[in-house]
Amino acid sequence: MADTRLGHTKERFMVGIYDHEDKVVDAVKKLKNDGVKVYEVYSPHPIHHIDTYIGHPRTRIPIAAFLFGALGTLSAITLITYTMGIDWPMIIGGKNFVAIPTMVPVTFELTVLISALGMVATFLVSNNMGPGKKEFMFDRRTTDDKYALVVDLDANTLSEEQIRDLMVKYGAETDPLPRIVER
Amino acid sequence: MQVTSPIREPLVTGHKTMHDITEDICRRVEEKPSKAWLAAFGVSLIMLIVGGYAAAATWWYGIGMWGLNKTVGWAWDITNFVWWVGIGHAGTLISAILLLFRQKWRTSINRAAEAMTIFAVICAGTFILMHMGRTWLAHWALPLPNTYGSLWVNFHSPLVWDVFAISTYLTVSLVFWYVGLIPDLATIRDRAKLTLEKYPLLDTDTPEERREKRKKRRPIAAFIYGLLAFGWEGGAKVWARYEYVALILAGLSTPLVLSVHTIVSFDFATSLIPGWHTTIFPPYFVAGAIFSGFAMVQTLMLITRKVYKLEDYITITHIDYMNKIIILTGSIVGIAYITEFFMAWYSGVEYERYAFLNRAFGPYWWAYWSMMTCNVISPQLFWFKKIRQSIAWSFFLSIVVNIGMWFERFVIIVTSLHRDFIPSSWAMFYPTLYDIGDYLFTFGIFFTCFFLFAKYLPVINMAEVKTILNSSDIKAKEKATEYLKEGGAVKAASPMYDKGKDL
Repeated sequence: MADTRLGHTKERFMVGIYDHEDKVVDAVKKLKNDGVKVYEVYSPHPIHHIDTYIGHPRTRIPIAAFLFGALGTLSAITLITYTMGIDWPMIIGGKNFVAIPTMVPVTFELTVLISALGMVATFLVSNNMGPGKKEFMFDRRTTDDKYALVVDLDANTLSEEQIRDLMVKYGAETDPLPRIVER
Repeated sequence: MQVTSPIREPLVTGHKTMHDITEDICRRVEEKPSKAWLAAFGVSLIMLIVGGYAAAATWWYGIGMWGLNKTVGWAWDITNFVWWVGIGHAGTLISAILLLFRQKWRTSINRAAEAMTIFAVICAGTFILMHMGRTWLAHWALPLPNTYGSLWVNFHSPLVWDVFAISTYLTVSLVFWYVGLIPDLATIRDRAKLTLEKYPLLDTDTPEERREKRKKRRPIAAFIYGLLAFGWEGGAKVWARYEYVALILAGLSTPLVLSVHTIVSFDFATSLIPGWHTTIFPPYFVAGAIFSGFAMVQTLMLITRKVYKLEDYITITHIDYMNKIIILTGSIVGIAYITEFFMAWYSGVEYERYAFLNRAFGPYWWAYWSMMTCNVISPQLFWFKKIRQSIAWSFFLSIVVNIGMWFERFVIIVTSLHRDFIPSSWAMFYPTLYDIGDYLFTFGIFFTCFFLFAKYLPVINMAEVKTILNSSDIKAKEKATEYLKEGGAVKAASPMYDKGKDL
């Protein structure tokens, strides 16, 4: 990402606004066919598979969820075994010090808890989100009813006009025309 | 690509556009509180304060303020706890299980139901803390290192499992709810920030212009919702991750929600008290929980729908679907009651037989038959479509169900305890004003939280409703029906669903 403090120029993006999810999906596919690299599509609701059309790699969030879940399972087993079996063993109701059946509920709960919290934390960190984080909105209407198709001008060889024309050709709103936004 | 089924009822009526959805939901957050809201909020606050006095007295003087005695050591406290936890089950069921089953109708009720879950679990937790008596030692229920040895908690005990289950449930529900809220909070943030961009304060403004602009600018909302929205931008990459997070949270929450009431039932089922010591408790408690939870969602949604004029989002179809779940779970509960009775006879254990006959014909017969009437008979009325789709009936029966479910817990707890093994220990339980006051206190918490939520957060998940708009709103249905009449096959809603395309 360009950092203006180091004297880099700002990144320049072409932002086209679309008014229907099908139009923007269509535009992404067609732009890709024409060799335009789409930076991102911003939408008020999830659009299934559009990330693969854009070319984003598949998310690895499920792996994080699994690993955190495994951590939860292990920590629960460790906690119960240590407290009940090693640190202060006591006979309660004639049960074994470490009895697998009675370990199940707490182990399950801790697996779910750590998995959920860890996954959501991963989600927030990987998206650079969190309390008080500043957003950069290419168009604030994309959380209402518009879809913004954003093309990084530096990452593409076509000229601004060509990209703008293609966006309009594929259904972008013409009033106003797709515009350049610097970040 | 989304497919429109012409035979299913539309889930969004009123020919809404996406912008209409934003407007309808956000306006409630942005406008000044209405008189109706203020009145309702005031009543909740009064309940909170009056009940708060009782709760403070219970805390200060101890649980001797309640009507408990040596025989009946659990009564309203645990009854109310189980009742509130049960109510808390519907939210996660709607958002998690119905998500896994791809039920689109969940989208307009999940937000409020999840909020209700969180508040209900907080109320349940309040009773757990209260019934400890020495609330300030509540942390002893957690496995914390301490100066007594360390003396740890007993992981063989269902009460410790319950601590983990309830706290995990509260945390995960809260996280699930908040993750779902983020995109909608961003919508409110952006609407507020747009007012700042649209009406900038300039040095050249006249005082009148400035005053006019100030009226339209919403800097406080922009700041607060800006903080709460966590910097959401809504890019495709983020949405893809978000969908995975929602799916996995649903996958985690589904067994979680089933485990919570299972573990609550273990509090009783692992004991030796006749009437408690039964293996049917886990499924029976879970079904009962969903039953009462849906009834509470129904009660609240019918009010919210009316007050906020959300008839186009929470349609008769939604009410009908919820009533169908109520009839299903109500019937499971009914079968469980009968099975319990049968097993008491079939077991040949005289204590068991006595416990159940005593429930039906002993001194608490009125509680038992209230439970039977409210939970077994009344939901069967929902077999009639007219009743299922009638708002008045749905509202009335949803309250009846919750009264019945309260009696169910009361019957299980108090009637099983009040006949001890030694007849000289037999006793009755009579609630004191503090029992009632503490119950009122949790109602105060619940409704105060719910009304604050309904005013300051979007009550309907806008992003999700927008997702189903192209396939399930009335426009799509009309077009699909028209297309079928013209002899077309099932019509796909995309691409460009105006033109239509055969599958």
